[in-house]
Amino acid sequence: MSALEKDSEQKKNEAKQAGDIFLQELSRKPSNDSSFFSKLWSAIQIPFLAIFSGLFLGALIIVFTSPDVYEAFSKGLAEGFKAVFSVVGNAYGALFAGAFGSPSKIIVALRTGEKIDRVFKPITQSLVETTPYLLSGLALALGFRAGVFNVGGEGQIYVGGAAAAFVGFAFSDLPKAIHLPLSVLAAVIAGGIWGFIPGWLKAKTGSHEVINTIMLNYIALRLIEFLLTGPMTKAGSGGMPISNSVQESAKIPLIFKKPLTLHWGFLFALLMAVLIWFFLFKTKWGFNLQMAGANKHAAKYAGLNIGIWTVLGMTISGALNGLCGANQVLGVTYTMGLGVSAGYGFDSIALALLANNNPLGCILSALLFGLLRTGSRNMMSNTGIPLDIVSIVQAFILMFIAAPAIIRTVYHLRAKKTQAPAAVNVSGWGGK
Amino acid sequence: MTPVLELKEITKQFPGVLANDHIDLKLEKGEILALLGENGAGKSTLMNILYGLYQPDGGTIFINGQQINVHSSIDAIKAGIGMVHQHFMLIPVFTVTDNVMLGEESLILGDILDRKTAAARIMEISKQFNLNVDPNAMVGDLPVGVQQRVEIIKLLYRDANILIFDEPTAVLTPQEADELFKIMRSLTDKGKSIIFITHKLREVLEYSDRIMVIRRGRVIGETTPDKADQEKLAEMMVGRAVNLNQEKSKAKKGEVVLQVQDLIVADSTKKITVHGISFTLHSGEILGIAGVQGNGQTELEEAVTGMREFESGEIQISGKSIRKIKPREFVEAGGAHVPEDRQRDGLILSFPVEDNLMLCTYYKPPFSKNGILDRREIRKNAENLISAFDVRTPSPLTDVGTLSGGNQQKVIVARELSRDNRLIVASQPTRGLDVGSIEYIHGQLLKKRDEGCGILLISSELDEIMELSDRILVMYKGEAIVTVDTEAVSKSEIGLYMAGISQQSVSGSETVAEKSSTGE
Repeated sequence: MSALEKDSEQKKNEAKQAGDIFLQELSRKPSNDSSFFSKLWSAIQIPFLAIFSGLFLGALIIVFTSPDVYEAFSKGLAEGFKAVFSVVGNAYGALFAGAFGSPSKIIVALRTGEKIDRVFKPITQSLVETTPYLLSGLALALGFRAGVFNVGGEGQIYVGGAAAAFVGFAFSDLPKAIHLPLSVLAAVIAGGIWGFIPGWLKAKTGSHEVINTIMLNYIALRLIEFLLTGPMTKAGSGGMPISNSVQESAKIPLIFKKPLTLHWGFLFALLMAVLIWFFLFKTKWGFNLQMAGANKHAAKYAGLNIGIWTVLGMTISGALNGLCGANQVLGVTYTMGLGVSAGYGFDSIALALLANNNPLGCILSALLFGLLRTGSRNMMSNTGIPLDIVSIVQAFILMFIAAPAIIRTVYHLRAKKTQAPAAVNVSGWGGK
Repeated sequence: MTPVLELKEITKQFPGVLANDHIDLKLEKGEILALLGENGAGKSTLMNILYGLYQPDGGTIFINGQQINVHSSIDAIKAGIGMVHQHFMLIPVFTVTDNVMLGEESLILGDILDRKTAAARIMEISKQFNLNVDPNAMVGDLPVGVQQRVEIIKLLYRDANILIFDEPTAVLTPQEADELFKIMRSLTDKGKSIIFITHKLREVLEYSDRIMVIRRGRVIGETTPDKADQEKLAEMMVGRAVNLNQEKSKAKKGEVVLQVQDLIVADSTKKITVHGISFTLHSGEILGIAGVQGNGQTELEEAVTGMREFESGEIQISGKSIRKIKPREFVEAGGAHVPEDRQRDGLILSFPVEDNLMLCTYYKPPFSKNGILDRREIRKNAENLISAFDVRTPSPLTDVGTLSGGNQQKVIVARELSRDNRLIVASQPTRGLDVGSIEYIHGQLLKKRDEGCGILLISSELDEIMELSDRILVMYKGEAIVTVDTEAVSKSEIGLYMAGISQQSVSGSETVAEKSSTGE
């Protein structure tokens, strides 16, 4: 052992130093070296940079598809670059103005007190668009947390909307305090059933919910089409797939006077986001749901009946999508038609992922989707750039969210996971 | 003589920690060098650098005095370095020949596989080193020990001169391990050199020529087996004196806490794996279930803890018969369960440490009141347990999946043993852990025993069973082949029972039959 003693004698001081540093690393609390803002930044940096990159790539596509730019380049390089900036500037300017309204007009209107409703129209319209995204996004986020991938949003929105419409027009002479909640309830139950079926099939037979929810989308779509052209059709619509308008007493009231169409459904959706957040993170039932979603073996070990929670997760998810359908029928269109969902059920998959399946995060990402959607209409009417550019931008954003490694590489961000915990996770290296 | 392998000043920095800090290593021709260190000491990192899986930040590698650069495992193989991984890299539905040829195919006419030549070469290697492997056998049909030999053949087939074994005995029975060491010796006799990574002290002392101890990325020292003993090595590894043989008082047996009668359990493929096992566990004693893995221990564990329904028989916990027990009822009846697969059953890796520390009792006070989780109580519980059980985590909010294996296991042990329990079912409680953690967990189990818990200890580590148990039940093919008092039996006898040699078969030596007391 003399070799050992000699060796350790030699390196004693060095070893001690290294040991001290190591111990400091071990005992270091990550909260000590990060302020609130740096924590906030580390939480939002990936989505933020993804949005930025998505808009940047969208700009490239706008440039490359613009005949003006090609024409300008044929005149000269300087002209060409000028055209590039003006095309992108016009497009995104119109997008911005369409989504938020024009700031200068808003200031003028506030000062003079005139046309107030008109200058606030864009932003309130964006909020109206935000609402269905938020409700459906919550449905998906809750589903993901519970370990189910609910691709059946469209079908659930359809059956929810149809149920709300039916109760909304079939009953008359009901006070609003009863009729509106009753219509909403009908939508929740219908959506819930549409979620329950694949959930139950998964729990009982192990069949995958992705397949079953997609199939139920077709069933819902054709079923509703049948109802809207047959039993539920509007009198005198001549076979058009559209229902009777709902009674006044079933409509969700507007917050402001027309032409501002913002209705109370928006605030209700915000409230739902907070409620779902509370449910998931503060109650034992939410904990159950997340356990079942995160590791079903460990959840069983912890005493859960996994089947029940899978079914429940799908059912609540379906019910929230039903709510989304009710919101559109009772707050926006006032009638059930096949266009009730503009792809909310699918877009919300992306939306929930963007929000990291956090209900409060869903508020922000729904807002983004609502703003982009409303803004893109203005962009199309002002600059002729098609709506679809926004879909492309959204798709880019999602790709970056889904593959954060791209963002990390492009912006030279260090992966957070290997930074902080590595100080403790020493045995992770050898792969043991 | 130039050493066959020399590493000089190898340094590797990972974010936060220096994994290898100027490590020097020399390997002479024909020697077995044991690389000893705790999990996370840096020995695997060092070997991965040598094998080209990591690039070092500094340092040089010499083979036979020639400096080489290892950028990938292909470079390493070219330089004659081969590695037998802890988890075998074999394709079970291929034959031995196909597995060996994979990546090093011998071909005729350009593209046609020449299995004959390859098989002949395998036979030749097999004979030369006494490996005893049939080239035409399907790998999936072979026992684990033989599969490992296929891995060795793969290396020899590629003319490896330096063989690295990463924890080679973790998956073997004691007899298979002995066999392996014989093979390792025959390899070195024929001029191969071996580095073998381990944290098992006994193996190191018995089978290596030289021992190098690594701690926290540094070479702590070098010694030879004749100059060292287990205590000294453990101290070098851990950096403090380690109590290897836990002081164990005599068991104070109390009332029956677990009675299992004629239990029959099927596995998930509906195959009966527990064939009518019966035993009794008293409070204040540890009953060890020994056996080679896959002899029904897992299903027994799951049946007793309510994780799996059993076909027939009876399980009584504290005198209450339970036909269809659920995990929650098991916990409510005073049971604690340290599951075999800690990452699958015992933890939710994506949840923070504090949530995992309340995993089985989150639904009742103090953790939740009227359905609302009390985060303050959860935090308090976590902080108490983290300090009481010495869990190394940056904070209670760290995801448990980012902790090391030893610390993950401590989280489970802390959670399960902190409850007021009467019965503990612990399956492989120290698998893959380092000496320090093993010592700690063993101490906790013995403490619980002395407090009056009945403990069912299921382990494939014979040393662990021998050290902790008051009585030992050996399972073989789903049956209790024998139940004996630990004091009345030797390790090699248990080893024989584990291999399925029952009392009758060994009855030539009557002593065994005598020693194996009735147990009940």
